[in-house]
Amino acid sequence: MYSEKVMEHFKNPHNLGELEDANGVGEVGNAKCGDVMKMFLKIENNIIQDVKFKTFGCGAAIATSSMATDLIKGKSIDDALKVTNKAVVEALEGLPPVKVHCSVLAEQAIKAALADYYRRQGVDPEPIIGKMEEDCHHCEHGCCEV
Amino acid sequence: MNSIIYLDNAATTPVVQPVIDAMVPYFGEHYGNPSSIFYSVGAEAGSALSAARESVARSLGCEPSEVFFTSCGSEADNWALKGTAHRLGAKGKKHLITSCIEHHAILHTMKALEKDGFEVTYLPVDHEGFVNPADVKAAIRPDTALVSIMFANNEIGTIEPVEEIAQICHEHNVWFHTDAVQAVGAVPIRFKEMGFDMLSLSAHKFNGPKGVGALIVRRGILPDILIEGGAQERGRRAGTENLAGIVGMAKALEIAVGSLEEKSKKLSAMRDALQRHIETMPDVTINGTKGDKRLPGTLNVSFEGAESESILLFLDMSGICASSGSACASGSLDPSHVLMGIGLSHALANCSVRFSFGVQNTPEQVETVCKALDEAVAEVRRRSAIYG
Repeated sequence: MYSEKVMEHFKNPHNLGELEDANGVGEVGNAKCGDVMKMFLKIENNIIQDVKFKTFGCGAAIATSSMATDLIKGKSIDDALKVTNKAVVEALEGLPPVKVHCSVLAEQAIKAALADYYRRQGVDPEPIIGKMEEDCHHCEHGCCEV
Repeated sequence: MNSIIYLDNAATTPVVQPVIDAMVPYFGEHYGNPSSIFYSVGAEAGSALSAARESVARSLGCEPSEVFFTSCGSEADNWALKGTAHRLGAKGKKHLITSCIEHHAILHTMKALEKDGFEVTYLPVDHEGFVNPADVKAAIRPDTALVSIMFANNEIGTIEPVEEIAQICHEHNVWFHTDAVQAVGAVPIRFKEMGFDMLSLSAHKFNGPKGVGALIVRRGILPDILIEGGAQERGRRAGTENLAGIVGMAKALEIAVGSLEEKSKKLSAMRDALQRHIETMPDVTINGTKGDKRLPGTLNVSFEGAESESILLFLDMSGICASSGSACASGSLDPSHVLMGIGLSHALANCSVRFSFGVQNTPEQVETVCKALDEAVAEVRRRSAIYG
């Protein structure tokens, strides 16, 4: 059901784990939906020096987390903010339609971690990142009421 | 194929060789239409059909005239429910009773009947998945047409008190149907003695072919016809019979029922060995009942913090096939209604895995599964944002 690329990232996820010295941490999703993504960022001089993740979820959730961390590692905050769920899906050579919401979570995880970074710097993240959706609000299946 | 360890026998089972051997002549050699009785090719087919009907009746403890072949278990369920609703609904009986953990073949049919103006009571189950017969009794009304409670649940294996419920139904002059798709060939079933009015079965769950099932209908019960057309099945179910399938189902049932005790011991020994191992793992929950009121081959477990689909993908890499009632794996994004029905949290339902054993499994395979499962669960938990 999954592309080879997805299975590759599922079998050997990149950037798995936690960052002790993270200065931006975001958590999105909930166990009720079946997916929770936690992203840890280490940002210096507006550059994402390091990134790690931990995810409770299906194969697609693991793979999208892994790919999302690849796409932002070493990038500037501005570039990281441009990473969309669509970019994650394309980089993974596609996802089954029912799993696309996992890529939305991955995008949100990046934004949530960046928002946390700004808050820690005493900066209101909303003008930069936009309003954060609560949990997996994008889920179209009505299973995610908080 | 030997490297594959198939532990999803509640989904379907491989057709065993004696069944294939019994079926093969009915494709090419005995190709006649059982309804074409005026020449030998058709008459032969007709005799094979009668013999299969008698065999199924012997296996299930009913009369041959009470056996109606269908295309699958879902058709049998649809027929029992819609046929009864329309027959008795015409007499003003427009209320039906079922449980909240039935198979979708029952639940979705009930939903369809609700749209047609019938009222349905969905009984709750306890945390082990048991329907309380007292709840059935309390739910019966003067306008109740039918009670339909599954013999055994497909996800957790809980065996319902169907004999007691059937008795209650008779006392109140209500028809009783049981979806026995998971139970036939797995536990002893005597249709007449157990007091059922209707019972659904499906061949592919007991090492028979896919695409054939039956509805057993007690003499004196007359649900409306579901499939209109020719006069097959004594005018009650049209369509040229799937003779090879029917012959295969009869043979598979004969084998399963003939070796029931042995099969049950073998399956439950393997299941219990796996369960004992799982119970040594941290943070696990056995879902459903652990007692003897459970199908011998079924085991449903939640591994806290480890999402089901991820576990299944790792098991698959080790050649192990299992299934889950999680939202993600089903593709519906809603966790199993059965696991919700027994009161499991969404989080634990999303961490559930069902292992279902079959006659082809071996104790050696269980050892392999234990090892692979340890590794899979540990790895999935290592990645988990909500464990540890």
